[in-house]
This record gives sequence, structure tokens and C-alpha cells, in this order.
Amino acid sequence: MTPANRLRALFLTPAAAVMLATLGVPLAIVATYSFLSRGAYGGVEIPWTQENYTRLLDPLYGGIFLRSAWISLLATVGCLVLAFPLALFIARSGARKNLYLALVILPFWTSFLIRLYAWMFLLRDTGLINTALEALGVIHAPLPMLYNEGAVLLGLIYGYLPFAVLPLYATLERQDPALLDAAADLGATPVHALFRITIPLSMPGIWAAAILVFVPCVGTYIVSDLLGGSKTVLIGNLVQNQFTSSRDWPFGAAASLVLIGAAIGMLLLMRKSREELL
Amino acid sequence: MDAVLELANVSKAFATHKAVDDVSFAIPRGAFFSLLGPSGCGKTTTLRLVAGFEAPTVGEIRLNGERIDLLPPYQRNVNTVFQSYALFPHLTVQGNVEFGLRNKSKDANPAADKVRRVLEQLELSGKEARKPSELSGGEKQRVALARALVLSPEVLLLDEPLSALDPQLRQQVRAELRDLQKKTGVTFLFVTHDQEEALSLSDTLAVMRAGRVEQMGAPQELYRKPRTKFVAAFLGDINWISGVGVRPEAIRITRGAEPGSKMAVVSATSFLGPSAHVTTTIEDGTRVTVQVPSSDGPYAAQETVYLSWSATDELRDLK
Amino acid sequence: MKRALPLYALGAYLFLHLPLAILAIFSVNASRFTIWEGFSLKWYRAMFADRDLLESAANSLLIAVAATILATIIGTLAAYALWKKASPWLAGSLYLSLVTPEIVTGISLLAFFQWIFRYLHLRLGMHTVILAHVSFSIAYVVLVVIARLRSFDPALEEAALDLGETEFGAFYRVTLPYLAPAIAAAAMLAFTVSIDDYVITSLVAGVDSRTLPMVIYAMARRGVNPVLNAVSTVVVAGLGALILISERLRRTA
Repeated sequence: MTPANRLRALFLTPAAAVMLATLGVPLAIVATYSFLSRGAYGGVEIPWTQENYTRLLDPLYGGIFLRSAWISLLATVGCLVLAFPLALFIARSGARKNLYLALVILPFWTSFLIRLYAWMFLLRDTGLINTALEALGVIHAPLPMLYNEGAVLLGLIYGYLPFAVLPLYATLERQDPALLDAAADLGATPVHALFRITIPLSMPGIWAAAILVFVPCVGTYIVSDLLGGSKTVLIGNLVQNQFTSSRDWPFGAAASLVLIGAAIGMLLLMRKSREELL
Repeated sequence: MDAVLELANVSKAFATHKAVDDVSFAIPRGAFFSLLGPSGCGKTTTLRLVAGFEAPTVGEIRLNGERIDLLPPYQRNVNTVFQSYALFPHLTVQGNVEFGLRNKSKDANPAADKVRRVLEQLELSGKEARKPSELSGGEKQRVALARALVLSPEVLLLDEPLSALDPQLRQQVRAELRDLQKKTGVTFLFVTHDQEEALSLSDTLAVMRAGRVEQMGAPQELYRKPRTKFVAAFLGDINWISGVGVRPEAIRITRGAEPGSKMAVVSATSFLGPSAHVTTTIEDGTRVTVQVPSSDGPYAAQETVYLSWSATDELRDLK
Repeated sequence: MKRALPLYALGAYLFLHLPLAILAIFSVNASRFTIWEGFSLKWYRAMFADRDLLESAANSLLIAVAATILATIIGTLAAYALWKKASPWLAGSLYLSLVTPEIVTGISLLAFFQWIFRYLHLRLGMHTVILAHVSFSIAYVVLVVIARLRSFDPALEEAALDLGETEFGAFYRVTLPYLAPAIAAAAMLAFTVSIDDYVITSLVAGVDSRTLPMVIYAMARRGVNPVLNAVSTVVVAGLGALILISERLRRTA
């Protein structure tokens, strides 16, 4: 081994060891559990079975999967529609680009938990919105805005909007401004140019943004737990339940594996547009 | 004169400097008109004012006698060939050429005949389905031309369209460009910093400097009768001898003294292929470059020679 | 479109920032209800008197500092190795750790710890939380550091080798100083993701390792609480300052 290769191997080892121990082995354990039976006192037992997976097809659980996928899709479309004009604005704002970008990055890394709590503060029955509307005489009884699917959708869009802005900005910022001059020169109005030049050229960024939003939405646990109340159960909550209150580890493991499968599928889709990531 | 495009006292000021300063000119229909000048002289800004990407601070721009300086670019019947070509990377050659036609008509299948004719004219037939990334530099340039010409613009604006090409290709494309202009009869407004390009292509050329038009006229006229030292020097090599300009090719070099000739000492000779430049120093210390056929000479360093030229070749009273 | 776009952006920025701003305003409200009754710092005083909050905040800081140091070292070395030569397995597992839903990461770590604790006489505690945090922070560190390495000219290392440095010497004396701002930015990023994590932490934490997000979560689930407004304001202001510094460092040439 050349000295350069030895150094590289040395540098690679700690990360490889940590990832193997805390990602590879744990996922292998979960995969194994998903084919075992539920233990009498929690935990797992032989015999081997596929029953955990067939149970996922039960309409009760299938419905949870579909609901998670649907609400994530809505959140993804919502984020894209809201993020695109903002990304366009930042990309076209010249010298102040970095400031405007920082204003998006800031909430991106600020406590997710607290950002959700802020909406609880606004949406609950005695929250700011209901209090204000009642004070103005618009309503007489509080509007039920918290603890429903609408609140979950709002929380997802609010939480993941910055995830959509960043890749869209990256792709828009790279577009040659001369192309828009050329479009105008050839008779395209600004709106035409947007739909015929800017948006088609942004497709890689749009895909990256969609995946970056969709993946965490599908697996979300705290948004539905905090804003959805007990009524809105998504896959994340299902998994969490099996490992805590229900103590059905094999079934929770099977549900986890399906989630991981979806995530890996997305990862492979994302490979094409990986450069758009961070 | 039937002017298709007129600029009347046009100025454009940016926050830090005046890019275009009181520029006026008129371009006759069907002419090949060039704006020539060093970078930063305002020639590209002038072009962008005509295209509509910038609005003049003062002045009027008229196309066929009607003001266009207040119209957005997409409502002006002029089209541009960009320096970088600005071909749409996600569209094919066909898509790029059809782009403007689709904006003009609501017709989903725009004048297919017209597109085919233009593609044929620019020798792009058979390449309709290619994307810009699959084209050579020369092909890209022709697509940029086709995309603009298919709209039959009143004036075609060309922003240094040859600068992105290889030097060998440039010569050939230059000739093709001239032919194309004659064949189509479209008025060309051509921007360049290359004096050879401007001299060989233009019917009329305007030399710009620091936002102003320094001098305008036919190429021969500007080369032979420049009004300023800047124009004289920008259009070709020149020697300044006792305040008079003499071009290197106008000077004769002899080994014996002749009436009226000046004595000079050779310092170096550089071989340029068909010709050679002999650098000499005359008695008052001025360096004088002389162009000779490369079959002449050779002239050795430190050799004493005599220089003479006819009074009609002297460029006098330059500002 | 020229006028509509800035107007829209203003609306979008309000949507992003107003909820947190309102929280900050009400954190200094004398009333415990959503009606303004005058300025008061009593919720901040209540916050500093709450042992549970202070203890969990201390735990969070300790965990975040430890996890940040480890993840930054491991991640920087890995980024350098990946930059030298691609390793599809490591890169793949780092991307997998980014896209795996937190709840799945959490339960698989829990299953893993319970499985090995059958052979080792250990319990869940600070060490398991720190290990989990190191695990999910490495990918962020690698992404930030490798982005900076992409603009590093490999000829500089070759020059160092040519002038007599060893491979490690070239890394240590030429490459590492170049990476310094990115490493600092990566460390701050790792710190913020660590100190903010709830889902994974809550699954692998033991009785002695309750973190601030766990306490905040429990408070939020019980409903709105003016002390929580004060806590939120302090956390957001602190993290916000850290992020702005990190962004500045990342853009330092």
C-alpha cells in the first residue's frame, strides 16, 4: 500500500466504523426483527414469519400509508409552489442575494420543534388568531384550527419550505441571464419566458426540491404528533407506537423497512440531481 | 436616404459612469453597419439600447421613423445574435429556431416552410433534432443567426458574433456572414473590437470611444482620412513622425539616400509571413516601423537605411 | 412581474418569520393568556427557576459539545478521504443516514442498543445519546467540508510533497488550514442539529439524560405555556446567532 493510500484508509476508518455500527448493524437488526414474531413481554421471538408484512396490507394500516403519502404529496406541491417564486426573487436580487438567502437558511436550521410550537401558539382555540378574530367580532366561537390534518399539512409546509427554496435557488442562480434577454429579443413576454425557458431549465432543481421535501414528510413523527393530535396517525406515529405503547417490535420493524425502502428509492431518484443538494 | 434605424442624441448613464454619450447615427436600409471600438467604449450598450435590454437616459431611437425606445424588447422588430449565442439548452435546433415564431403567432405549428428555408440557407439541414450541446462552435453561431433571421427582423443586431470562434474558422465565417447579409438584404448592426473585421465587412462603420462616436464613414475613408489620432491608431499601425501620421506600408525603405529621405538605423526585423516589419530609429530618436514585402532585405541590425514617403500619405491635422 | 415578485417575497418572509417573532413578543407579556397586559420578564425568571429546564439544558449542551467534537473530527477526515478517492459504500451510507426518517433511525438504534446490552452490562444514558448524535451529524459535516474541498487546488498538496512534506504533513500544513472556515461552519451545523434533536434522542436517552428538546416537547404536548415562549425565544436567538456565524464562515473565501 502506498503511503497516500494508507493515509486515506486511516482517515476513512472512523467514519466507516461509526456508520457500520450505528446505521448498518441497527438496520440489519430491524430487518431481521421484521421477520420474527412478537415476544410475550415485548421484544421478539422465533418462529420466522412474513405475517408482519401481510398485516401492513390490512386496510387499516394500508390507509395510514396512503394517508401519509397523500399528505406528503400535498405538502410537496405546496412547498414547490410557494418556494419557486421566492427562489426566483432571491436569484434575481443581485447584491442582496446573500442576505435574502440567509433569511431562508435561518429557519431551516432553527429548532424545528419550536417552529411547530409557534404554530400551536397561533392556532389553538385560545391562540392569537382565534383571540384576534373574536375581539374583532368576526367569530363568536373559536375556529377549530389545531389538531387536524389541515394543521399537519400547514406544519409540514412551514417546516420544509426552506428545503425546497435552497435547491431551486441553486438551479435558478446558475441560469444564464442572456437566455432571458434572448427570449425577450425573440418576442417572448416575461410570462412566456418564465414558462418556456426558466421553468423547463429548472426541472433538475424542482425534482431535487420535491424529493427533499417528500422524504422527510413521509416519515414525519413530531408534526402529526404535535399538530395533528390523536386523530391524525401517519406512518411515523405507527412505527413509534409499535416500539413504545403497543410493544409490537416485529410489526414496527416491518413498517420501518417499508419506509426505508421508500427512502432508498428516493435516494436513487435523487442521484441524478444530487449536485443540486446542498 | 431611406434610414431603417436612427439614433438621435442617445445617452445612457449608469450609476457610476456614462456608457453612451450623445450618440446619433442613421443606418440605411440593407446596409452593413459596424460599431467599432475598444472594450468599454459603449458599443455593446448601444446595441442593447436598440434591442431594448436597456432604456436610454436621454434621446430617441426610431425604427422606420417610429419611436421604439419605450417599447419592451419583445415588441421590437429587431433581433439579436448574442456574443455567447444564448441558445436555449433544453430546446433542439428546430425548437430554438421556432421559438420566436411561436411567440408571434398563436399557431402551434409555425411556418414550417420558413424554418426549413432558413435552416437550409445556414446549412443546418439534418441537424434539426440536435441540442445546442451537441453542436460545434460554428454550428451554434449559425443556429443563433437562423433563430434571429427566421423572424425577418428590420435590423439584425450582432454582438461580437465571431469572437467565440477559433481563429481559423473566424476568417471563413466572416466571409459567409458578408454573403449572407448581401443575399438576405437584412440590415446588419454589427458590434466588434476587431478593426480588421469591421474594415472588411462594413459598408459604413462608426468608431466609438468613451461613449461617443469618434468618426463615422466608409472603411476606406476612415482608414485614409481619420480625423483623430485615436481613429488613426485604432484602425491600423501608424508611426508618428514630427506630429504627422504615416502608416508602415506607406513608407519606402532604401539603402541609398534619396531626395527628401530620412536617415534611420535598423534595430530589428520581424517576419510576418507575406510581409515583414522593420523597426528603425530616425535621427531625432523616434521609432519608425516600415512594412516591406518579406522578399525584401534582409536588413541587419545597426544597418543605416533611408526612409521616404509621399506627402499624400501623410495624415495631418489629427486631433 | 417586476413588482409582484418582491411583494410575494415579503409575504413569504413574513410567513417564515412572523410566527417566531410573535412568540418572542408574547414571551415578555405579563399575562399568561394571549392578551397583551404589559411588559414583564417574569416568564424568563420562571424559566431560570425551573430545575428541570436547567438540568436538561445542561445535558443538551454537554451532549452537543461532545457529539460535535467527535463528529467534526470523524467527518472532516472522511470528507478528505472521499475527496481523494470516491467510496460508494461510505458515500451511500452517509446519504442513507440523511434520508432515513428520524423515527426509523431512532428505533433501529434502540433495537441495536438493547441487543448489545444483553452482552455488555450497560444501560441507555448520555453515552448512547452522544453516539447517536455523532452518527447523524457526520453526514452534515462531510457535506460542508467536501464542498470546500471541491474548490481546493490539488496542486497545492503536490507542491508540499515536492518540497519534502509527507502525505500527512501536506494534509496537516496545507489542506487543513485551507479547510478551517468550513470545519468551523460544519461544527456549528453539527452543534445545531444535535442540540435540536428530539425524535432520536427521546428513544435512546436514559433516565439521567433528558435533553432540553425532550422537556420542551413534553411541555408543548401539554399545551401552550408562557414559560415555553421564553425558552423558545432564548433557543431561537442562540441558534440563530450560531447559524449566521456559520454561514459567514462558509462563505469566507
